[in-house]
Amino acid sequence: MLEIRNLQVSISTTEILKGINLNVQKGEVHAVMGPNGSGKSTLANVLAGRPEYEVTHGAALFEGQDLLGMTPDERARRGIFLAFQYPVELPGVRNRQFLKAALDSVREHRGEDELSVRDFNKIFDEAVQSLEIDPELIKRSVNEGFSGGEKKRSEMLQLSLLNPKLALLDETDSGLDIDALKTISKGINRHRNKHNAILLITHYQRILNYITPNQVHVLIDGSIAMSGGEELAKELEAKGYDWVKEDIRS
Amino acid sequence: MPKPAEQKQIQQYPNLREIYIALIRNYPSYKKYQSDYETFVSQINRSDPKWLRDTRSRAATRFQELGFPTANHGNERWKYTSVAPIAHSIFKYKPSTDTDEINLDDIRHSTPHDKEWTKLVFADGCYRQDLSHIHQNGTTIVSLSSCLKDPESRILKTHLARYADFEGDGFTALNTAFLTDGAFIYVPDGIESTRPIHLVFLSTGQSQHTASYPRALIMTGRNSKLTIIESYVGLTDNPGLTNTVVEIAAGENSKIEHYRLLAESAESFHIGTTRVNLSRDSFFSSISISRGAKLARNDLNVILGAPGSGCTIKGLYITSDSQHIDNHIDIDHATPHTSSDQYFKGVLTDQSRAVFSGRVLMRKNAQKSNASQKDLNLLLSDKARVNTKPSMEIYADDVQAVHGATAGAVAEDALMYMRSRGIDKHTAMSLLVNGFTSEIIDEIKPAYLRGFVGKMFSAKGNINHI
Repeated sequence: MLEIRNLQVSISTTEILKGINLNVQKGEVHAVMGPNGSGKSTLANVLAGRPEYEVTHGAALFEGQDLLGMTPDERARRGIFLAFQYPVELPGVRNRQFLKAALDSVREHRGEDELSVRDFNKIFDEAVQSLEIDPELIKRSVNEGFSGGEKKRSEMLQLSLLNPKLALLDETDSGLDIDALKTISKGINRHRNKHNAILLITHYQRILNYITPNQVHVLIDGSIAMSGGEELAKELEAKGYDWVKEDIRS
Repeated sequence: MPKPAEQKQIQQYPNLREIYIALIRNYPSYKKYQSDYETFVSQINRSDPKWLRDTRSRAATRFQELGFPTANHGNERWKYTSVAPIAHSIFKYKPSTDTDEINLDDIRHSTPHDKEWTKLVFADGCYRQDLSHIHQNGTTIVSLSSCLKDPESRILKTHLARYADFEGDGFTALNTAFLTDGAFIYVPDGIESTRPIHLVFLSTGQSQHTASYPRALIMTGRNSKLTIIESYVGLTDNPGLTNTVVEIAAGENSKIEHYRLLAESAESFHIGTTRVNLSRDSFFSSISISRGAKLARNDLNVILGAPGSGCTIKGLYITSDSQHIDNHIDIDHATPHTSSDQYFKGVLTDQSRAVFSGRVLMRKNAQKSNASQKDLNLLLSDKARVNTKPSMEIYADDVQAVHGATAGAVAEDALMYMRSRGIDKHTAMSLLVNGFTSEIIDEIKPAYLRGFVGKMFSAKGNINHI
């Protein structure tokens, strides 16, 4: 589904990603872990098409198509979803209105009919309920006045409605208490199926207690230093990232 | 004519005389308005009461002295708006008559409409009974032309031209010189007028360079309620000048909900003066929506004249092309326990320009009062410009006051966030702009007006320019 070849990325002349190779197949969950500043978020953001990053070398293919030449909205319509580390507030833009516009354009791209307001409201309300989101809160403008945890739930609401093929979860677990983490993990597991894929970017091993990855990659200083199965995450939690760094040196 | 003080200065300093003459030459149209006025006076009914004829005559003289305002000599009130385009042209007073054909569909199409509302239609400032519809509900709703003729119209004699002072304001003086028609609304004590009263001022543009001078006097009695809507609408693209004056006097413990919709044509000039005087425990809430006119000034002055009085003044302006829209708000906290809240928003495109200025004056005895003043602007083009200058003058020591202003482009991160959900750039922009404007539009209570304004802005395609 996603194939990244020797991807090199800079932001204002500073090189952040120094040649990433990664293959994610349908039905897989890949966890990307790493210390602060290792380039984890850059990887997610560049795949979603944030304009401030410059790809200096390499390629990223999504279902065999060149991803890097597409606008951010085109990527989303094709089935890529970035759950933001810091979701943006949209004053005056209501959640329903925003999600209806997003879903309409995604469905149109898939060749599906636009949902009626009634059908939309039905799936919207169901998703709100299952993610344990306060129905009063979600009547407000997108993310406006939401707490950190509420913003992350709202991202999961968008994920579950848009139902993307590839979800890029950028530190969705950061800043969550244990109950919120469980709810959000439940949402992710419900979304997970054999037709879609997830790139789960995290600083902590904690979320992997609830979501079992197929592969774990350790990103250090812009390169994947180590890859392995789910047990690698536990080892990292026990030994810390310095252990990987020492391991590379030796 | 220079004022006596100026004459003295001119004698003392011969150079000043030259400067004065140069200024007059800049605005040669003054004298034309004088002859226009003389024609007007010779044509109107000589049976008008003496007080009215006197008022007009004093106002005409005062206009000759004052002329049009300029930014010269540190005139802060007009610092960012030049009325030279008005002063350099000549707009002639040409009252429309009952026989002038106006298409009802045109009015329906260009103004908000609800059959439950009382509607008074004015064509170039003249009342059109044939186009109006009045629901009587214990409120006096009449045209000024009909009641000015009544020699017993003591209430008009006492109140008309009392709140809008023409001594210090050229445009008000000019309007008063031509005072002949408009609306008079009086809500008696204890009456809660539930149906909105809609004053529709049409600029017909049936001839070029027409000047119209609409006028309204709105008064509420004790414990009364009133919802009033003013719409200024251009029916053609002909350039014209609307110079309107609205005087509002709120009785004790009365509540006035006021809306002002500006949708004049793209070539027209609009000077709107609103003067509000509030009695004890009365409340004035106003929302102005400004879209049309090449050059427009919304000049609102509220006097919080008694304890317990308060106002909220909100506004939304959307400018494009080379439009210039100026909102100038003066609030005078003249007594203790008064409150005022100003909240304006602007969306600017192309090379348009907007001005927000004004002054909140908290006098020495305005203790325990509070005031806020805020103006937020969204600039959708590099060439659009806004001058925003909230200001407060505070002489009382026990008050709360805040003010602020911003001007900026659409947030890139918000745009990216929406696009990352599959929404194209154009739709994302319009959702964000609508989100920005909806905060004001959603506050409009009459549903038909709110719907009309909402449609006006989403249909305008303000973001097509990006």
